[in-house]
Amino acid sequence: MNGLAQHLPALQVVVPMLVAAFVVLLRPRGLAWAACTVASVLAFGIAVELTQVVLGAGPVTYLMGSWPAPYGIELRVDALSALLLLVVTGASVFALVSGRQSLDAQIEVERQPYFFAAWLLALAGLSGIVVAADAFNIFVFMEISSLASYVLIAGGPDRRALPSVFKYLIMGTIGATFYLIGVGLIYMMTGTLNLADMEFRIHAVAEQNPILAAAGFITVGLALKAAIFPLHVWLPNAYTYAPHMATAFLAACSTKVSLYVLLRFDFFVFQENLAGHAFQFAAYLMPLALLGILVGSAVAMFEKNVKRMLAFSSVAQIGYMMLGASLVTVAGLTAGIVHIFNHALAKGTLFLAVAAFAMVAAGVRLDDLRGIARRMPWTFGAFIVAGLSLIGIPGTAGFVSKWYLISAAMELGPAGLPLVAVILISSLMAVVYIWRIVEVACFAKAADEGTSAVSVSPALITIMWFAALANIYFGLVPELPLTLSGAAAAELLDHLP
Amino acid sequence: MNAEATILLALTLPLAGAVGIALAGRVSPNLREAVTLVTAAGLAVAVWSLLPVVMAGGRPGVTVTELLPGVEIAFSVEPLGMLFAALASGLWIVNSLYSIGYMRGNNEQHQTRFYVMFAISLAATMGVAFAGNLFTLFVFYEALTLSTYPLVSHKGDEKTVRSARVYLGILLTTSIGLFLPAIIWTYTVVGSGDFTPGGIIEGNIDGPAIGLLLGLFVFGIGKAAVMPVQRWLPAAMVAPTPVSALLHAVAVVKAGVFTVTKVIVYIFGVDFLLAAPSSDWLLYAAAFTIIAASVVALRQQNLKRLLAYSTIAQLSYVVMAAAVLKPLAEIGAALHMVAHAFGKITLFFAAGAIYVAAHKTEIHQLRGIGWRMPITMTAFTIGALSMIGVPPTGGFVSKWYILAGAFAAENYVALFTIILSTVLNAAYFLPIIYMAWFMPETEAAAATHGEAPWPAVLALAITAMLTIAFFFFHGAALELGRQVVENLS
Repeated sequence: MNGLAQHLPALQVVVPMLVAAFVVLLRPRGLAWAACTVASVLAFGIAVELTQVVLGAGPVTYLMGSWPAPYGIELRVDALSALLLLVVTGASVFALVSGRQSLDAQIEVERQPYFFAAWLLALAGLSGIVVAADAFNIFVFMEISSLASYVLIAGGPDRRALPSVFKYLIMGTIGATFYLIGVGLIYMMTGTLNLADMEFRIHAVAEQNPILAAAGFITVGLALKAAIFPLHVWLPNAYTYAPHMATAFLAACSTKVSLYVLLRFDFFVFQENLAGHAFQFAAYLMPLALLGILVGSAVAMFEKNVKRMLAFSSVAQIGYMMLGASLVTVAGLTAGIVHIFNHALAKGTLFLAVAAFAMVAAGVRLDDLRGIARRMPWTFGAFIVAGLSLIGIPGTAGFVSKWYLISAAMELGPAGLPLVAVILISSLMAVVYIWRIVEVACFAKAADEGTSAVSVSPALITIMWFAALANIYFGLVPELPLTLSGAAAAELLDHLP
Repeated sequence: MNAEATILLALTLPLAGAVGIALAGRVSPNLREAVTLVTAAGLAVAVWSLLPVVMAGGRPGVTVTELLPGVEIAFSVEPLGMLFAALASGLWIVNSLYSIGYMRGNNEQHQTRFYVMFAISLAATMGVAFAGNLFTLFVFYEALTLSTYPLVSHKGDEKTVRSARVYLGILLTTSIGLFLPAIIWTYTVVGSGDFTPGGIIEGNIDGPAIGLLLGLFVFGIGKAAVMPVQRWLPAAMVAPTPVSALLHAVAVVKAGVFTVTKVIVYIFGVDFLLAAPSSDWLLYAAAFTIIAASVVALRQQNLKRLLAYSTIAQLSYVVMAAAVLKPLAEIGAALHMVAHAFGKITLFFAAGAIYVAAHKTEIHQLRGIGWRMPITMTAFTIGALSMIGVPPTGGFVSKWYILAGAFAAENYVALFTIILSTVLNAAYFLPIIYMAWFMPETEAAAATHGEAPWPAVLALAITAMLTIAFFFFHGAALELGRQVVENLS
């Protein structure tokens, strides 16, 4: 690599961050959106390029200012980061390109430059977490992305967003603080912040108790950020009352990035070095994952607001990812990681469709969507495709992760059967909550048919269908996400004894 | 054209037809129906052109893509699938003819959507028939469930939607909850799910686990309607009658018993199951379903519901025949798929024709209707006799082979079940026939109808003739059935 290509890992963060500063100045209508979109597309391009490199030549490391690793700041992109980068930047591009109309409707014109600046900061922060190779930079980027996300969520016209974002802020800050306490403890014992360096030095630490405490703090703090059951309570309201496009962006990627950090720490840093950590990790997180799957799906079945319903479904889907990881096998981790990608596809599409519904219908409660299928057949079609992917119908991306997850659970023999049962029961619950919407949309009589004169922009329909077809494409040709997640799983487990 | 290309053509032709129907629907109904008929005819030609290849012992196959390591989308035409595909594609032509008469005669809404979804369902059926491994089969099995949902819920009123929910709920629950784990289990222990003569389970699973896996398969394949997963079938009767006729007497339900048979023959292996005592329960489950469904059918007042319960019983004939695990019985299972299809589609056609012409749905309303609708009721009588198994109808042929297989196996449970159910079949079909022909009309004043529209009458006359013809000319089906079991003891 030479020239500009060499600096891709840094540019991944720098591009959106610099544009963010500049976007604030763009007062004329639409310009801020355009700049934000261009920056996102650039970031996506960089992510695609980095993925190519990682697939071809393995992990990429980048030394900020050429300072050597433990002293300078190191950026590192491996298969797992590449997958996450694709998800984060892809979600941003999809939401922005398709979202102009929806965002214009929800964000006042004079506040748009600030909103889009926050958007880019969130993008930069999330990308930064993924490329950073040391614990402290991860913390800094986590704070940047969190603060920006609070702004995005509170940026809409719905006043109910304010209390939910306050709750998110309090819980998010607790999570970040826990993480920082953990990192501080490790720093105290090892004197390093670089993850790779940490891994070696922890090994040499004689007194393990502070490290154990650090592992506890970091795991809990990140679990809070990742909305792992029962620390998910901030998530449903935050997603429900945020502007629709912000929900589409954040729901597709933000919790997954925290999950990513959790995997990094637990597999790279702790597993090999702490006695019994593998057991603690699996034995504590697996029940939580299972409960999250069941409770999230069960609540979603009875939820009347479609956005809240999808948010609770996200709680369950995060459970799937955790379940895969807590099996601590190649198959399990592959399943969990590939589900990060596949769930982002399905949930992103669903939220785009919900945004489109919200343009035409009075709201996004189930009652508002009566007969919507007749008025918006295209949107509804995309919604069904993504819904089937969420359920895990064969031929869609969701099926690939379900197949891997069930196979991984079956590898355990009889002990895996309860896990299989939970996965299947939750899939069936997904059938119920998706089909409730289908029935209302197809068969219920609308109270005020055709009162709204708004029609959904072609950009939204096009992108939505593009995303829906991506669900099918990656269900039939899942090579890319599987290669990445397989490599990521192998890499993570490589650090185990 | 070579066989591989023909397989892919058979899968894509109905889909292309669906697009054509949707486009033509905007122009004129006549053009739309022409597209349906041309597509159906094209599909039949494509599928039937494979028949000589398979009869000659060829097993054309094509692998489309490898989805996950070891998990492929692949198609392979073996005798059983050939039989099923030939049956479904051939009857689609007749059914399309019938649909035209029925849908127009009834002034149904959303006819374009109806024909489009019908074509898509047929594409899914072809996929099930030609699937080369369990995974591919599952993909199309689910596609068939989903593509028939709009057909079942066609009417769109509250009662229909509720029934359609039962339909979708049971079929998806069983397939995701039981069938899928069975498939993944198979792939996990065997490393493949290819349909292989002689089976692939042997040496990989033993003991009681065999019975458990078989249970996951049989009840997971909800479309086979082995009790207690039969309730979706009566629920599906809210659909327009052409749907009940082709899909819920032929394509969907046969996809179920076809899959069960295929799993028994090509995944477990007949000889392997015969040696596994933990699989014995299947015979009893099927026998129970036959008797119980027949008893329930006795008590039905609604004609279509009666036919639905009769279908449940007849489907379990196929399952039970397959579970007898003797070559003759397996042949009987294959033949019964065909014989029952001809007979039952005729019965549904007749029920629909009665509804279109006279708006009658209940059995007690049928007094004397034979003289007003002689062709329809003659066809109905032939279909009913085939259900009972009276010569010269197709039902006799398949029952003969199943009985022969049961004798060969000295399986008295199966023998007794067949005899008892024949009595029950007679007990619920003969009164209808008697009523239609020999009892005077009660509401004579109001009833001034004749036959249904001619396309419907033509269609049911054709299938009635097929029912009789199958008694005399079943050589091809027999040969295909023989090929399925040729390497068995």
